[in-house]
Amino acid sequence: MIRVAITGVGVISAIGKNAQEFWGSLQQGRSGIRPIQAPGCSGLRFPNGAEVTDYNSADYIDEKQAPIMDRFAEFAIIAAREAVRDSALEFTPEMKAGGAVITGACVGGQTSEDRQFEGLYRHGRNRCHPLTIPRIMANAGASLISMEMGLTGAGFTLSTACASAAHAIGLAYWLVRSGGAPIAISGGSEAPFSLGLLKAWEAMRVVSPTTCRPFCRDRNGMILGEGGAMMVLEPLEAAQARGAKIYAELCGFGMSSDASHITHPSTEGPSLAMQRALADGGIEPTLVGYINAHGTGTDVNDPTEAAAIRQVFGAHADQIAVSSTKSMHGHALGAAAAMEAAATVLGMHHRVLPPTANFTEIDPAIQLDVIANQARPAQVEYALSNSFAFGGLNATLAFRRVLTPCN
Amino acid sequence: MNPDIAERTQKIIAKHLRVPIEKVPLDATFEQLGMDSLDSVNLLFEIEDEFDISIDDQEAKSIASIPQMVEGIEVLLARKAGSAEPAPPSA
Repeated sequence: MIRVAITGVGVISAIGKNAQEFWGSLQQGRSGIRPIQAPGCSGLRFPNGAEVTDYNSADYIDEKQAPIMDRFAEFAIIAAREAVRDSALEFTPEMKAGGAVITGACVGGQTSEDRQFEGLYRHGRNRCHPLTIPRIMANAGASLISMEMGLTGAGFTLSTACASAAHAIGLAYWLVRSGGAPIAISGGSEAPFSLGLLKAWEAMRVVSPTTCRPFCRDRNGMILGEGGAMMVLEPLEAAQARGAKIYAELCGFGMSSDASHITHPSTEGPSLAMQRALADGGIEPTLVGYINAHGTGTDVNDPTEAAAIRQVFGAHADQIAVSSTKSMHGHALGAAAAMEAAATVLGMHHRVLPPTANFTEIDPAIQLDVIANQARPAQVEYALSNSFAFGGLNATLAFRRVLTPCN
Repeated sequence: MNPDIAERTQKIIAKHLRVPIEKVPLDATFEQLGMDSLDSVNLLFEIEDEFDISIDDQEAKSIASIPQMVEGIEVLLARKAGSAEPAPPSA
């Protein structure tokens, strides 16, 4: 089996429009949760979101390309460009021929869909713009990345709600590990701030009227976010040979289905995903030092996830630092797992674990060492990133520290 | 409990759970009725429609039985009636 390294990271989010800014905010525990600014998104029970602010697509996207791109696709291409640039990887003809692009997206081009359908339903128009379909298709991000990078290997998009990008990165990992692709670009993007979708979330009654406080006694829900995060995956040996900066080794991937309820998570499903990630990577559980939790901040997720962690690690759970970076970048749905994987490997690389922001007081029902508000300097051997979707579809990524001259 | 509100609430629950109304006692808790979190948000949605009210998320979390639901609806209806009263004519 080929060992796989993460050599490039790109992020655009509410807490930074590149990976460096993103990491700066994470390190300082600075939250990007603010009043929602997206046009037409008022009159909601929840006033706040984690949006990419001061964003001008013309700064990134060529005016000829712009008409075919929804905001979520722009985020995908912006993050992918940065990840590739960051990796300093020069694509060989073999890499271009077999390079894979696997992305996660939950709702696709929601803003474009809302706008076009509003024209039909509300303004009596009788036609949609001809580029509506390419803009709303959930695979637009993967398609645009492969086109721009000239990668002709496997390309597809996965949609498993809040776990989409974890499934995407996990499958990209298995593909590179098996030799099925010489390199891969993988991650997720999302731009869910449209009135229709926000109203649908409002009806679920899981969004906080204030802010996101995962694992706290006074938590009152999740906060929606947007953005994109992508990673470059390449064989570890090749990365070391070219003297690449290596954030971490991606060394395990586990998936499971709760097979129980469409919205209420089980303990068993998340627990199985973590166990399978450990088994997949041949990881001794006691060497895991950090978990970037799914940690949505809802009543139900947090204690369930805590119980699942306890079930997998037993007494060692007390030794694992846990944080939910959703408290800063929000819950970016199909992009969430990619942002969290990025937060995890950036933390491993910098030997600093990102905190849970907005933290007040631990919920007594949650027996975890939650990193509260302040980043924690620590060097961990292994870290996990958990993602558990509505619908009970779970994915866990496992990362290992890599010693290189650069880190 | 206001009998009219109680009866309408009972009907909504019976319809949602697809059970005869006799299976929905007026003093039942949602747990006794076998309702889960998704049933609860569905019920709140139907109740908001039926009574033309808006139920706050946080207040909704404390409602776990039919009597509590009926009491909450009464409060919201009274609040609505109060705010809809015409302002006294100015002198």
